[in-house]
Amino acid sequence: MTETLDELARGLAGVLPPGAVITDPVRLRTYECDGLTHHRAVPGIVVLPESAEQIAAVVRLCNEYGVPFVARGAGTGLSGGALPRADGVLVVTAKMRRILQVDLADRRAVVEPGVTNLAITEAVREHGYYYAPDPSSQQVCTIGGNVAENSGGAHCLKYGFTVNHVLALEIVTPDGDIVTLDADDPGYDLLGAFVGSEGTLGITTKVTVRLSRAPETVTTLLAAFGSIEQGGQAVSAIIGAGVVPAAIEMMDALAIAAAEAAVACGYPAGAGAVLIVELDGPAAEVAHQFAEVERICRDNGAFELRTAAGPQERAAVWKGRRSAFAAVGRISPAYIVQDGVVPRTALPDVLASIDRLSAEYGIRVANVFHAGDGNLHPLVLFDDAEPGAEERAGLVSGRILDLCVEHGGSITGEHGVGVDKSRYMPKMFTDDDLDTMQLVRCAFDPRGLSNPGKVFPTPRLCGEVPGVRRGVHPLVESGRAEQF
Amino acid sequence: MATPQETGPDAPQETGARARHGAGARDALSATGVTVRDAGPGDAVAGVMPRWVALPESTEEVAALMRVSAGHDLAVVPAGGGTRLHWGTPPERCDLLIDTCCLNEILEHASGDLVVRVQAGVTMDALAEALAAQNQELALDVPLAGSTVGGTLATAAAGPRRLRYGTARDLLIGLTVVLADGTVARSGGKVVKNVAGYDLGKLFTGSYGTLGIITEAVFRLHPIPRARHWVTAVLPSAPPAALSAGPSTSPGAVAAALAASQAEPSAVELDWLAPAGTFTVSALVEGVAAESRAGAVRDLLAGAAEAVPDVTGGGEAPGWWGVTPGEDVLLELRVPPSGVDGALRAIAARGLPARVRGSLASAVLQIALPPESAGTEPTELAKLPEIPEIPQLAEVAEVAAFVSGLRGDVAPLGGRLTVLTAPPELARLVDLWGPVGALPLMRRVKERFDPDRRMSPGRMAGGI
Repeated sequence: MTETLDELARGLAGVLPPGAVITDPVRLRTYECDGLTHHRAVPGIVVLPESAEQIAAVVRLCNEYGVPFVARGAGTGLSGGALPRADGVLVVTAKMRRILQVDLADRRAVVEPGVTNLAITEAVREHGYYYAPDPSSQQVCTIGGNVAENSGGAHCLKYGFTVNHVLALEIVTPDGDIVTLDADDPGYDLLGAFVGSEGTLGITTKVTVRLSRAPETVTTLLAAFGSIEQGGQAVSAIIGAGVVPAAIEMMDALAIAAAEAAVACGYPAGAGAVLIVELDGPAAEVAHQFAEVERICRDNGAFELRTAAGPQERAAVWKGRRSAFAAVGRISPAYIVQDGVVPRTALPDVLASIDRLSAEYGIRVANVFHAGDGNLHPLVLFDDAEPGAEERAGLVSGRILDLCVEHGGSITGEHGVGVDKSRYMPKMFTDDDLDTMQLVRCAFDPRGLSNPGKVFPTPRLCGEVPGVRRGVHPLVESGRAEQF
Repeated sequence: MATPQETGPDAPQETGARARHGAGARDALSATGVTVRDAGPGDAVAGVMPRWVALPESTEEVAALMRVSAGHDLAVVPAGGGTRLHWGTPPERCDLLIDTCCLNEILEHASGDLVVRVQAGVTMDALAEALAAQNQELALDVPLAGSTVGGTLATAAAGPRRLRYGTARDLLIGLTVVLADGTVARSGGKVVKNVAGYDLGKLFTGSYGTLGIITEAVFRLHPIPRARHWVTAVLPSAPPAALSAGPSTSPGAVAAALAASQAEPSAVELDWLAPAGTFTVSALVEGVAAESRAGAVRDLLAGAAEAVPDVTGGGEAPGWWGVTPGEDVLLELRVPPSGVDGALRAIAARGLPARVRGSLASAVLQIALPPESAGTEPTELAKLPEIPEIPQLAEVAEVAAFVSGLRGDVAPLGGRLTVLTAPPELARLVDLWGPVGALPLMRRVKERFDPDRRMSPGRMAGGI
């Protein structure tokens, strides 16, 4: 440990409870990566604060020593957003997991950042409410991490992302102030800008979330198609018919085979693609939509349709889909999980191009995706024992992102940019676009201490603001206006 | 740099230095090739007269104008349909009004993707008409006819269906802006699901032109529901005491029941003439099965209403639905849903005749002083009482007391009151915006985006 970190660690021990400052190398190593395990860095110091005030004290000390800091929830992120800094402090919110308030009359809950996504739903389920965003890691991922990444989930097609369900945030700014960002505040929507900023604008210390009424009816349909093209046409037809399902998920033959090997999900044999369509809402509405979706699937060549009646059957239908990422481990020694988005109508083109890439490089790609919103999760499979295979897989993975951008899509739909994709940002944005985003960064974090090296491709210095008025505003001075 | 004495509505004269620079600036603006004219009386921004008006037709033309403005230290205010140009605080100074009326193209309607890319000057009505041809809509209600896309975003305007679809910030997926120095920046994109980079769209929503000029926007769309039904009921009139006595028939209780209802209304609206009028509550149900769901809503309302609730289908909304309750003094009250009854009691207790209208279940209400019918035809259900005389200036102090008093009343409920528009006399007596917790951060954002304070300076909260 450097002398600076040594001194900082002593300072941190003075503002945190006993045992909340970790400097033991063995224990530090357990925090060296998040869900994206090929990026690793052992943090300089780990702290386990228990309150916003303690986080603010940590951040102020970091400022004093000019040391960068990174916030971490459960470490389930898939873009290296919580990758620690060897020269910095990792602020772990694991001890801040209280649900502070559940207010059904106001349809909201106030929680600490370390509360898991699913814990919110579990706290209100018996009253007929739930928290809508449902990332697949929802049993373990924290709401603080969800805020940083603007997490979505399978049901965001109808219900939106974290940003649509957060009503207020208490944050510690990168210079150590505790500030509340409220959706009801007039002026700039700083709350909206903060959500999804991947920890680069400060640390979330309290989250007010919207609670949603559990729908009257949920119906889940599994449709098996001979080919992915047929499945894709069915998706377009469903959307074109004016149906907005809660979720539309698709898996191709390779992904189905993997899921079958891993969890024996029992999807129809011989399927080139399966589609999971979930409809929810008022019973009368769902009944109409269900009939329509069923007809469309048959018209587009579905050879088998299954309907999940109750929660258990629904869980069975979802089992294969939910296990897909881990399942490819059964059919491939190593793999890359990609996350890209294309306009829904471009899905057939892009999938065909991915097929060509796969053949060209001799790399298998299993496709799992949120078809309703064009969010692809290609699983690029390779054998890490085979020389050159990892490089080729990396190339295929990168080329898939190129395809997404060429078709007017995005390099990430829900996993975030983190360290993993910062180099792809210039493919999607011009220097002017990125410089403009940097203005926001500089407003919040002029010293660049909050999760530096993430999101943006090249670190930039903020510099002083030119021409800013210091002191009293002339209109105030002349008595013609008051500042409030 | 302007000194305070030269700015403001009642000090239009220029100093010698600015007059000398004026001709050069005007020439440079014209040299961009963009149509530029001298400002007329109709061009004032909250009472402040610009010197010139420019009519760009593209993002690039806006950028050219902004580069000239940067070189000549011109203060710039963007304008859309002008429906809310008198809202907010007057600008400290305004040299150039950039009228976005000619940025009027719908650039791309990808109906299969339920996405539209549109220039900022397109009116919300024109957009709705074009989308309807493909049986789609932007699920954002526009309270004022003639509003543009850009103006709607800059003022974060929304209407009844915010309950189901959210507001502009929830439906906006991509944005193109021109900054004070002429930089063109884009964020977001053409896909709904996208977490690459900061979402500048959020930042510009509600920015009142103080960060830059919105030139293009991309929205997510929804299919037009196959049927719409409104269920409208009149709740007992309520002197302040009655509201607390009969909670199950109070507007707040009715709203809570409707919000929790499995009939899933898209909107629940209130129309009320304070202090003692009856509460008219109307709920919108949308979908294939709207009729049967409207029946469920009617049954729910019947328990609380004075008479059998009225159900209307076929696009027949109550006349006041989604219409701004007034234009002279217009306030916006936001409160957590459980605080609605308390807030209504507080309004009644203030005694002024105020028309209160807005999203009851979302607990975002507009309050107009003095009440006026705002162009609506009184319906059988919502007979508007006699409209009192418009208060004279002597009564401005009374209105100011209403604003600061009510602000104090709703604060313990977690509520906040903003003055959307008011005569200048009132604006001198009260803070239009009320306390804003994140103001220091907003100031820092402003300083980075517009260090020379040339973008709509002073239009927003805290003198931003």
